[in-house]
Amino acid sequence: MLATYLPVIWGVLIAVGVAMYVVLDGFDLGIGILFPFARDEQERDHMMNSVAPFWDGNETWLILGGGGLWVAFPKAYAIIMPAFYLPVIVMLLALIFRGVSFEFRFVAKPRHRAWDFAFFAGSTIAAFAQGVILGGLIQGITVVDGRYGGGPFDWATPFGLLCGVGLVAGYALLGATWLIVKTEGPLAERARAQARGLLIVVLLFIVAVSAWTPLAFARISERWFATPNIFFLWPVPLVTVALAWLVWRGLERGRELTPFVGVVGLFLLSFLGLAISTFPYLVPPTLTVWDTAAVPESQIFTLIGVVFTLPIILAYIAFVYWTFRAKVTASATVGYH
Amino acid sequence: MNLDPVFLSRLQFAFTVAFHIIFPSFTIGVSAFIATLLVMWRRTGLERYRTLARFWTRIFAVSFAMGVVSGLVLSYQFGTNWSHFSEVVGNVVSPLIGYEVLTAFFLEATFLGVMLFGWQRVPPWLHVLSAILVAIGTVFSAFWIISANSWMQYPAGYTVSDGFAYPADWLAVIFNPTFPWRLIHMVTAAYLTTAFVVLATGARYLVAGRNGDHAMTMLRMGIVMAAILAPLQLIIGDQHGLVAAHYQPAKVAAIEGHWDSVGPAPLVLFAIPNEAAERNDAEISIPDGASLVITHSLTGTFPGLKDFAPADRPPVAWPFYAFRVMVGIGLLMIVLAWWGAWQMWRGRLESSPAFLRLAALSWPGGFIAILSGWIVAEVGRQPWLVTGLLRTDEAASPVSGGEVATTLVLFLIVYAVVFAAGIYYMNRLINRGPSDEGTSVEGVASRPISAAAGGG
Repeated sequence: MLATYLPVIWGVLIAVGVAMYVVLDGFDLGIGILFPFARDEQERDHMMNSVAPFWDGNETWLILGGGGLWVAFPKAYAIIMPAFYLPVIVMLLALIFRGVSFEFRFVAKPRHRAWDFAFFAGSTIAAFAQGVILGGLIQGITVVDGRYGGGPFDWATPFGLLCGVGLVAGYALLGATWLIVKTEGPLAERARAQARGLLIVVLLFIVAVSAWTPLAFARISERWFATPNIFFLWPVPLVTVALAWLVWRGLERGRELTPFVGVVGLFLLSFLGLAISTFPYLVPPTLTVWDTAAVPESQIFTLIGVVFTLPIILAYIAFVYWTFRAKVTASATVGYH
Repeated sequence: MNLDPVFLSRLQFAFTVAFHIIFPSFTIGVSAFIATLLVMWRRTGLERYRTLARFWTRIFAVSFAMGVVSGLVLSYQFGTNWSHFSEVVGNVVSPLIGYEVLTAFFLEATFLGVMLFGWQRVPPWLHVLSAILVAIGTVFSAFWIISANSWMQYPAGYTVSDGFAYPADWLAVIFNPTFPWRLIHMVTAAYLTTAFVVLATGARYLVAGRNGDHAMTMLRMGIVMAAILAPLQLIIGDQHGLVAAHYQPAKVAAIEGHWDSVGPAPLVLFAIPNEAAERNDAEISIPDGASLVITHSLTGTFPGLKDFAPADRPPVAWPFYAFRVMVGIGLLMIVLAWWGAWQMWRGRLESSPAFLRLAALSWPGGFIAILSGWIVAEVGRQPWLVTGLLRTDEAASPVSGGEVATTLVLFLIVYAVVFAAGIYYMNRLINRGPSDEGTSVEGVASRPISAAAGGG
């Protein structure tokens, strides 16, 4: 009974955590990716200030994701981490660089150019590494005798690299639409133009990944096109198109919030598609959430803590976003540094 | 070239965790110091305390950020480099880490933002309360991490089936035998280290003839704290040693450079342990001293290294030397703190340049002692990763030596750059001094939810 439901509950919790991470850290990584395209230092200050109060909390979901995976599915954690050894470590190092850039860039002024670059490079590399890991999970992991059985570069396939570049574009799009919400003037206008171009690029990547996935991985095409799944899945592309149209129209008509919300929708939909394609497998294509779960005693013990703290954490996040809801302007730089 | 992934993973973990431990140790202490300053400000109404609290909050923010990013790395390294460990004891240890994330997240996350931003936006009592809760949150964090570490030092409350550990009694897991004294020893070390950073900063200003009032306040507070904690730490360390002697006799034998268990053991002050010949060279020792320390009796005996098969012995040199560095610094701290207290009592603090110069140089002492203590604890429990359950050389991930060598080099480069910059900027903040309120009041970093990193 417990052994049946607990792994599913934890699977959903971790999926929610990862989705939260992708959306929330996605837009602030996107700001970093767009950093070199700013015109001057003041614009870069505004870009950074637009995410300064949030980035750190956003990144927290990555820890909840990684820690949660170990707590609830130690076997999956013990296989996935070595499988993506290099991309995971490179991602962590990139996140270190961009994370300290927030702090150092302001303390170092006026000699801060190096940290401008660190912020851009760190954000881009972290996004790329995350995309590569995602692609690698879709491809599947070689498991031999319950341990990772592949080589150091199994993730380095054209499909994985495509996912990496795709996620960089996706985060940049999220970042651009965030700038439309949080800034004004020439910076917001340029972000609007960037968002249009990026939307097209991202749609191309979505099409490419969606076409490649069933062609290359038989297990996924079976899942997509078998009845009754197909009856539930056919609206997914339609909703995607509808959302993309909504974003485009929002960009054309000068809306501020619609494009961001629409892009978040696109991300969540892609994520949902991925979850549908792989559940209940946590280490595709061989191990499910039940195969890799911790014993119920361990899952329950930590779940109690989650039940008590998660609502408070969510409330606090809402509070922070509400407190810093104003646009970043030249006169009010968030009182930051 | 044949690269051994286990050895390289050990090197990488030792390097990343050694870097990490510096920052949370400091943030535990400095958050408590800031909370104390704010409470004193509320009670006395003296603006000086508030100015100092703001000054240290700026430094706290940088240190906290470094703790967060270096802690993030650790939470993933369990899997990337020690996947077999993650699997074998994951059912028991990972919930402790999970709770560290959740409780640190809950407390620090909620109140750090108020502490950093709230100087003028919330009522003073709420701001002071937030600082107190953040200080408590950092100790919670230490609580869970030290609990997990102590469980690995001497596991309890579990059963083994097919070589995997499963939880049997959570209270026994959390409050495992070596945990309480280790926690007290670690938290005291964090406070003591910060006390010396604070008093050294005060002394540095006085030597330079700057920030007179603020400097004196820091110096006095630091001295009082250090004069109480430094001797207390000696007693705590002794108690912790008794527990270790009971549960981890091989570690204690290595610390003492003690080979034969026949008869009372001398206290080895200095020696060059010779592992091949199973004896100490160039030994300087006090007869029966170690028996007095370990068994609290001049005629007591305790196991020597020869009582353990060579494969079950820790490397002797690391814990042996590191222990002497730690204790040596601890004794110097007592001398310096009492010297300062004596000068303070006579009202001659400002007029004793010898003391001030030495005090100004004393800030790294605590950090070196903490790192040494960490080496004693972690090298001393080898060859076990989880005592009696899992050996270190069995715990690594199925990754290649080339992979680990690559990331080790990357870690060395990135940490060298990032942490050198961080320490440079912190030093710059200290140089600017507390009276420089040129940067905005809320100029401290906005990192509302950092805490979750467990880096805290």
